[in-house]
Amino acid sequence: MNKIWLVIKREYSTRVRNRTFILSTILLPLFFIGFIFASAYFSATSTEKQKVAVSDSNGIFRNSFQSSDLITYEFPPDVNADNFKEKGYSAFLKIPDDYSSGKDSIALISTKQLGLDAEGKIKDQINAAIRNQAFLRNNIDRKILDSINNIDEDRMYNFRTIVKQGTKTEKSNAALSYGIGYGSGFLIYITLFIYGAAVMRGVMEEKMNRIAEVIISSVRPFQLMVGKILGIAAVGLTQLLIWIVLIVLLSSVSTSFFSADALHHAQTMNSTMGAAGNSSAAANFLNARDTFLSANWGLIIPCFLFYFIGGYLFYAALFAAVGSVVNEDPQEAQALMLPITMPIILSFVIMATAVGKPDAPISVWGSMIPFSSPIVMMARIPSGNVPGWQIIVSMLSLVAGFILTTMLAAKIYRTGILLYGKKVTLKEMGKWLFRKS
Amino acid sequence: MAILELQNLKKYYATQKAVDDISFSIPEGSIFGLLGPNGAGKTTLLRMITGIFYPDSGHIFFDGKKFNPVDDIPKIGYMPEERGLYKKMKIGEQALYLAQLKGMSRHDAMKKIKEWFVKFEMESWWNKKVNDLSKGMGQKLQFVTTVLHNPKLLILDEPFSGLDPVNSNLIKDEIFKLAQNGTTIIFSTHRMEQVEEICGHIVLVNKGKKILDGTVSQVKNDFKEHIFKVGFDELPEKFMSHSFEVVGSKDTFLNVKIKDGNKPVNVLEEFLNHKASIVSFNEVLPSLNDIFIRQVQELKQEPHTELTN
Repeated sequence: MNKIWLVIKREYSTRVRNRTFILSTILLPLFFIGFIFASAYFSATSTEKQKVAVSDSNGIFRNSFQSSDLITYEFPPDVNADNFKEKGYSAFLKIPDDYSSGKDSIALISTKQLGLDAEGKIKDQINAAIRNQAFLRNNIDRKILDSINNIDEDRMYNFRTIVKQGTKTEKSNAALSYGIGYGSGFLIYITLFIYGAAVMRGVMEEKMNRIAEVIISSVRPFQLMVGKILGIAAVGLTQLLIWIVLIVLLSSVSTSFFSADALHHAQTMNSTMGAAGNSSAAANFLNARDTFLSANWGLIIPCFLFYFIGGYLFYAALFAAVGSVVNEDPQEAQALMLPITMPIILSFVIMATAVGKPDAPISVWGSMIPFSSPIVMMARIPSGNVPGWQIIVSMLSLVAGFILTTMLAAKIYRTGILLYGKKVTLKEMGKWLFRKS
Repeated sequence: MAILELQNLKKYYATQKAVDDISFSIPEGSIFGLLGPNGAGKTTLLRMITGIFYPDSGHIFFDGKKFNPVDDIPKIGYMPEERGLYKKMKIGEQALYLAQLKGMSRHDAMKKIKEWFVKFEMESWWNKKVNDLSKGMGQKLQFVTTVLHNPKLLILDEPFSGLDPVNSNLIKDEIFKLAQNGTTIIFSTHRMEQVEEICGHIVLVNKGKKILDGTVSQVKNDFKEHIFKVGFDELPEKFMSHSFEVVGSKDTFLNVKIKDGNKPVNVLEEFLNHKASIVSFNEVLPSLNDIFIRQVQELKQEPHTELTN
């Protein structure tokens, strides 16, 4: 036990002092934040303004189309499908006289794709015009119609979804649980690869530096392997902890973007007239923060830590086994890693389903089987309706799973770490598994 | 008293008998040579003695008791042929880590490391990384880390490979000193001139079996061929001899092999009768290298006996 501790200590201290650790710990969150800002920036600036020429021989649509910030509609008389480009329009909308007969269709002509978003908005305008037409035919006054059309329904009420389980009611927010589920599942997916590969490279390094045999003559191979795995786990936790601290710091810094007055004002406004009526930036921020805090963090954070560590332990031993059989050629590692990386990637695919449908059979099964449970269960938990027994079964099977993989991997590791100059096949590794010590 | 005794050790791999029924014992305080060609089973044997492998059958007794890796490993120092160090770790920390793995306390380890570093003039290396060392310097460090914990049994597998003559001598001297202080040393190599120089006792293994066992002088005696090297002022004229035959000549020396039933004195008499002026007369003992090659090749010529049974 004392020797495992020595191995852990060495693993931890040499890695944490390493330059790449310090860089990746600080740079990765910055990279993520930069990525989020960059994608927000591009999606905000990349929407082009469209100017659409409408040919409407009946004149029915002329009065109904309303130009918006992004799309302006004009009804020039002398523009057709051939010359709209020269006249400075990005698209030409041709509405034939008998559009409702089904013989002819309304055509939107452009030189390049307008995008689904713009297409949808133009169709909304057409639909609204047809509806208005129908109201007017039934003698509804134009003024009344306009006032009805100007109602902004979303501003008139607050909307909450509530999940009721027995006596316990919880606020539910589908988008939030989707986001947290996807985020934590993805984080576990990435860290499995990062730290798994670190274990593998560490084992390969010991084998190739030829220090393995020196060490093995003082400690048992199992102690060396477990020490390395736990040491790197400690490094991973340290990194995670630093990230959490950074996130908390950054979010408290982001609060200071708004003056205390503005926040206070927004708070009183929220309480007097409801969040919906208040659309200042400070209020939006407060709402977002309230929604964020409404998630069941008391369950999510302990579960995340458990699956983060459990998933790592489950796969790390397997990565160690692969590292132990690789010789000088790193290409060998690629081939041998495939059986390990496949289930991880498959888990990620199941997770993409599980965040949307946490109760689908594939999500339930995926979150119970230890191969995929660390990633898939984390996608389900934020939804708030995973039965407790499922979480317990999933956790127990993950614990049993990593004990099993560690024992099996140790058998391969023990032989592989001392074997030089021989290319090992998966079949041979299989034989080592069933050999008694 | 024997510090290490092996009884009928066997270790079979799927495709070969790496160690096939080997027994020998090593007297305490001796320098013991474990010899054999590549693939003879030396490394497997050493790995069993160091507790890395368990034998399939047979027994190992260490220091009078049944060998128990957990308790006995701190008393053994092993420098394997496939050796190395952590390339990016500082030298001082590395030595400290390896010593602690052998069960030394941090304090004791520090004291010992400083002693050895001073002895090998390595004090200024403490904060260097192995990457920054030359190969010979790395070898010295490797040797130091092997002997730091004062092992009772020191196992060195090809300890001089890659060392220049100066560092070779430095380490050789340390080996002799350790032996004088009671450390038993197993020295595994296939470089015979080193064995003759260093070892008192040898065992030769080939294809998993022991084929020779004894002190160096005893083995050489067993294989002597009664050849003498005779030196002259000038070579005598040839004559028919009944006591010897000439098996070689160089400059003013003749190598003669004594025929059965004769003694050296008969040879000398015969030469003197022919008025030869002899200046020297020495027995030529076979070198271990000759014995090694002869023994290994003899076995090669009869490989079928082994495979059929």
